[in-house]
Amino acid sequence: MGKILNEEDSTKSSFAVAPPLMPVTLHINGHPYSLHLAPWTSLLDTLREHLNLTGTKKGCDHGQCGACTILVDGKRINACLALAVGYEDVEITTIEGLAKGDELHPVQAAFIEHDAFQCGYCTPGQICSAVGLINEGKAKTTDDIQDLMSGNVCRCGAYTNITAAVEQCYHQSKAQ
Amino acid sequence: MNNFTYTKATDVALAVTEVSAQGAKFLAGGTNLVDLMRIDVMRPNHLIDIKKLPFNHIEEKEDGGLRLGALTTNADTAYNEQIEQRYPLLSKAILAGASAQLRNMATDGGNLLQRTRCYYFYDTGTPCNKREPGTGCSAINGYNRIHAILGWSEQCIATHPSDMAVALAALEAKVNVTGKNGDRTISISDFHRLPEDTPHIDTNLQPDEIITSIDLPAKGFSQNNTYLKLRDRASYAFALVSVAAGLEMEGDTVSDVRIALGGVAHKPWRKPEAEALLIGKTATKENFQQAAEALLECAQGFKYNSFKIELAKRAIVRALQQAVKM
Repeated sequence: MGKILNEEDSTKSSFAVAPPLMPVTLHINGHPYSLHLAPWTSLLDTLREHLNLTGTKKGCDHGQCGACTILVDGKRINACLALAVGYEDVEITTIEGLAKGDELHPVQAAFIEHDAFQCGYCTPGQICSAVGLINEGKAKTTDDIQDLMSGNVCRCGAYTNITAAVEQCYHQSKAQ
Repeated sequence: MNNFTYTKATDVALAVTEVSAQGAKFLAGGTNLVDLMRIDVMRPNHLIDIKKLPFNHIEEKEDGGLRLGALTTNADTAYNEQIEQRYPLLSKAILAGASAQLRNMATDGGNLLQRTRCYYFYDTGTPCNKREPGTGCSAINGYNRIHAILGWSEQCIATHPSDMAVALAALEAKVNVTGKNGDRTISISDFHRLPEDTPHIDTNLQPDEIITSIDLPAKGFSQNNTYLKLRDRASYAFALVSVAAGLEMEGDTVSDVRIALGGVAHKPWRKPEAEALLIGKTATKENFQQAAEALLECAQGFKYNSFKIELAKRAIVRALQQAVKM
């Protein structure tokens, strides 16, 4: 304790001090952000702790609950398992980026219409996941929608209404 | 998570040189590695991000097969039109695994290299020969409901968790790799290994090698196939037992058949002698039962997983019946 590392020491013992932060430019909801991050910083922590975009939630931090679901080039992923340094050349969309000004995204509006949440903690992830599901366009039945939404857990158990909201938006998007 | 340094690979030869350093690992989709690092089960000191290497295409091969670039995502593979039409077994197996979010991140090469989901492997507070060689196996006398019934050793009874690899075993895929000593091809049956005395080594891929692609032979069993996955809930869970089955039929007679099991061993499990029992036979429940008995002949369970032996037999019969649309 208290030992001051001279220059020589600090280059030898790379883990006596943390490796240097890395410059990272991310494109989120149409805006570029330039940051300096440790390489182990997840995209989820970057959003929440460095950019104050706290709509994306941390549930399990293990890729199991889906609360951190965001869209990367329109595809849904778990932000907790993504290292931010690896997501420079892509367009990231979070729950904050879905509405157009005061006009809600159709999936957001459908969640309100169908009362598709109780506590709301999983809701941003559910909505981003549903947008991803609609982009994919692979669901044929209600069962498919439930299966393809199974990466998003809702401990309040609002599944019935979530399925109804997603199904309505899915069919509307197919009809367009 | 331990501290590590990070680089982005743009050249495969340089990436292979870089990964030869002690403690370095490749990072692709990260869905398993980042999770294991977060709980200190894996502690690399350097990550080489390979996502930008040019291995993310699906190509036609001259022999009538398909080549899957190792960095193609599981989702892009499962939803590829050629895969859906010519290798529906592979598409079904991939879609039976993980969640849509994970399939969008996870790569085909990474899927093969994912680690076991044995609870004790994940729990750094317990001994585990796979995590820390020589410390012992907590599962063998512990809670072993999800563990192996075939091919296990006294050192490790973990199973390989992949669904995709089970379909690849049935399709007799080949894994193309490159490394310091040049290129080589490993058949899928030789890619994963049994635990024996070295359960910390999952595969026969060398530490300085990288998977570049996976080749699917022309024969895809596209007419008669099924992937049957039995698990504790209907979606987003690992297999207790899974069966990848592909058949070629001449009328009611089986002319070729492949049966690969998941969730039962340290690698996807096949037994060609059991498959051979069906060649030239009529597709009946009785004949399928004979093959299932032969496939599980040497199976041995533990306190909490012996149910898997009967479950696997019945799953094989049902999978074959589904595949021939009985």
